[in-house]
Amino acid sequence: MTDEHKTEETRALRLGIAGPVGTGKSSVIAALCRHLRDEFAIGVITNDIYTDEDARFLKSEGVLPEERIRAVETGACPHTAIRDDVTMNLMAVEDMERDFAPLDIVLVESGGDNLTATFSPALVDAQIFVLDVAGGGDVARKGGPGIGRADLLVINKIDLGEHVDVDVVQMVTDAENARDGAPVLPLSRKRPETVEKLCDWVRQMHKTYAAGGHIPIDPGPMAPHHHPHADSHEHGHPHSHSHD
Amino acid sequence: MQVHEIGKQAALLLLADGRLPAGGYAHSGGLEPAITAGRVTDVAGLERFLIGRTETAGSLAASFAAAACAGSQGGDLSGLPMLEAELDARIPSPELRKVSRDLGRQLRRAMNSIHPHSHFAALGRAPHQPVVMGVAAAVLGLGPREAALAILHENTAGAAAAAAKLMRIDPFEVHAILARMTARLDRLAVKAAEFVNRPFADLPAPGSPLTDIAAEHHRRSDVRLFAS
Amino acid sequence: MYDSSPRRPPKRLAGAMSGRAVLASKLAADGRTSRVETLRSDGPLVLRPCHPKGPEPLTQRRHDIARVALAAGTAGPLGGDRYALDVHVGAGSTLVLSEVSAMLVLPGAEGGHSHMSITVCVENGATFVWWPEPIIAAANCDHRHDVRIALAPNARMVLREEILLGRHGESPGDFTGRLRVTRDGAALYDQQLSFGPSADGWDGAAVVDQGRAVGSIIAVDPDWTDMPPQATPFHKTAALTPLAGPGVAIGAVAPDSLALRRLLTQGLNELGPPWAI
Repeated sequence: MTDEHKTEETRALRLGIAGPVGTGKSSVIAALCRHLRDEFAIGVITNDIYTDEDARFLKSEGVLPEERIRAVETGACPHTAIRDDVTMNLMAVEDMERDFAPLDIVLVESGGDNLTATFSPALVDAQIFVLDVAGGGDVARKGGPGIGRADLLVINKIDLGEHVDVDVVQMVTDAENARDGAPVLPLSRKRPETVEKLCDWVRQMHKTYAAGGHIPIDPGPMAPHHHPHADSHEHGHPHSHSHD
Repeated sequence: MQVHEIGKQAALLLLADGRLPAGGYAHSGGLEPAITAGRVTDVAGLERFLIGRTETAGSLAASFAAAACAGSQGGDLSGLPMLEAELDARIPSPELRKVSRDLGRQLRRAMNSIHPHSHFAALGRAPHQPVVMGVAAAVLGLGPREAALAILHENTAGAAAAAAKLMRIDPFEVHAILARMTARLDRLAVKAAEFVNRPFADLPAPGSPLTDIAAEHHRRSDVRLFAS
Repeated sequence: MYDSSPRRPPKRLAGAMSGRAVLASKLAADGRTSRVETLRSDGPLVLRPCHPKGPEPLTQRRHDIARVALAAGTAGPLGGDRYALDVHVGAGSTLVLSEVSAMLVLPGAEGGHSHMSITVCVENGATFVWWPEPIIAAANCDHRHDVRIALAPNARMVLREEILLGRHGESPGDFTGRLRVTRDGAALYDQQLSFGPSADGWDGAAVVDQGRAVGSIIAVDPDWTDMPPQATPFHKTAALTPLAGPGVAIGAVAPDSLALRRLLTQGLNELGPPWAI
């Protein structure tokens, strides 16, 4: 008997959290676990570049029982692990769902990489892309598959805006423009009402998913290079960043 | 050349390709632990490492892949649990036994999605990677020799690919080593397939003491790039 | 390669020696004392009852057990020689087999392949302690060393093997050693090591690197079925690893025989009593 044949009733909502290094993916997950653990049965899969640092952080935060936080080591290819070769993550999710059945939500944290990495719909049902104001106010305007088409864009650490000379309102507006009206959530763990909005979004997503009304959306492939002198070497097709 | 003369070589390339989505990229085949221990520092050391790995762990995996393929070709999977036990006995490090079974589960998961077959479901919960490779080869219409070659290539090229991330090294030099090793891989694949009609107890048991020891250290290391 | 099928008789070389020694122990009628039942030396393989030689695991210099030492009646094995030793540890008995001196494997005057085959059968309730001295693969030797041990489900065993790659400062000849342990008919431990001019890659970081002494201790105890000892990498080039069955392998690689012996003893002592020495 193989172990990956899932019955529908044990399959959880698989929610991916992506975004560049240091934007606060682990903190977002910690906040979700802390606020939702009494309503939902939750498991977490972390993806790390070096060893299992993120899993250790979450365990040390004590937001979930330790056995519900598992690390997948990605061999310095964090975007490969969520995009073109999802097997390790998929099995980690399936194992988690089997070992703690029934789970309501499995959160998958991508290894912090770059702006272009998004989850494959083969791995997650929905995904949150996390930016922060400290990364610069123009990041949201630049767009990209995660910023443009993730199910939710979180702009984190908004309390830091004034310290890093970023106009938070402008950044949120830029993001909303880049997303054609898809949801953007300004977040700060120091502002409980923003955390509650994040939780509400997850509650709503779970409700839609459980009712069979959510269809995973692929934010799209990795972003093509921007060529400032397109006329000098026109490519017939956009080429992608290969993994390093 | 006529198509029938080259056999199923495209299927072999599919199976041996490092881009097959089975999670192999997260492993360095013992190279990272060897570098951490200071035993591989330059291109010459890398070449000695890769040859030693191929002659030991690679050949071991190859003969087991060939044996699993032969059994699977005949539709008789009843010997696979014993084959698994024989392979366990040839891997002293529990960490490396786990890595082999993790990679085996992943390969089975991937292959069963790519090319579903009842043989994949008949494998145990966490089958060893060479055993899955052998079954996958048979399912794709390949023979024991191809199964052996596929895993020899995976073993060697996987570790070599990690070298570029772990060492200050010219990637062309890494592939030059692989190019020099191609005849060796062919030879070892033929040798591995010679055991298919023999009792499993007679399968080769080449050991690699430092690989086992280093794997146990690696698992306990706080900072590592690769899972093994 | 290992081969369980009968071997073709090798070409006989002038002066080559062959011998098959047999050793068996049994439990005496008192149900406590172990005795040597068969002690058949042959040619260069000389077996003789002995007293405890030094510290030993499990048996701790007890006097009510069978204790035998293997002595070499001549140099070698040399190229062309074929030695065999069969050991049978009868049900409930305890046998300690030690060795008088290291075994120096040398090339023969006319070259040729030497072979030593050792088979051991340990019956239920029996204990086998095999505590030999190192095997030294001298330059230009061409030797194959095969050890097969069959354990009954309730047998206990501890053995040490130490192999030196050449005498001091010399490059080793061709050597292949295989140690296979089965328990109740199923494989428990099976490792082969090949080195020398005809082998490739053994001096790389995956196998023994710069090490010129490699060895292991294998311990099997049915009491470990439920709770095997934990893996312990206790030195940069040595680790204690639990096997897939109720046994452990302590593997070590060292620059020389003294360092190897130290590492193996350290690993054994990780197991605590009654294994520690």
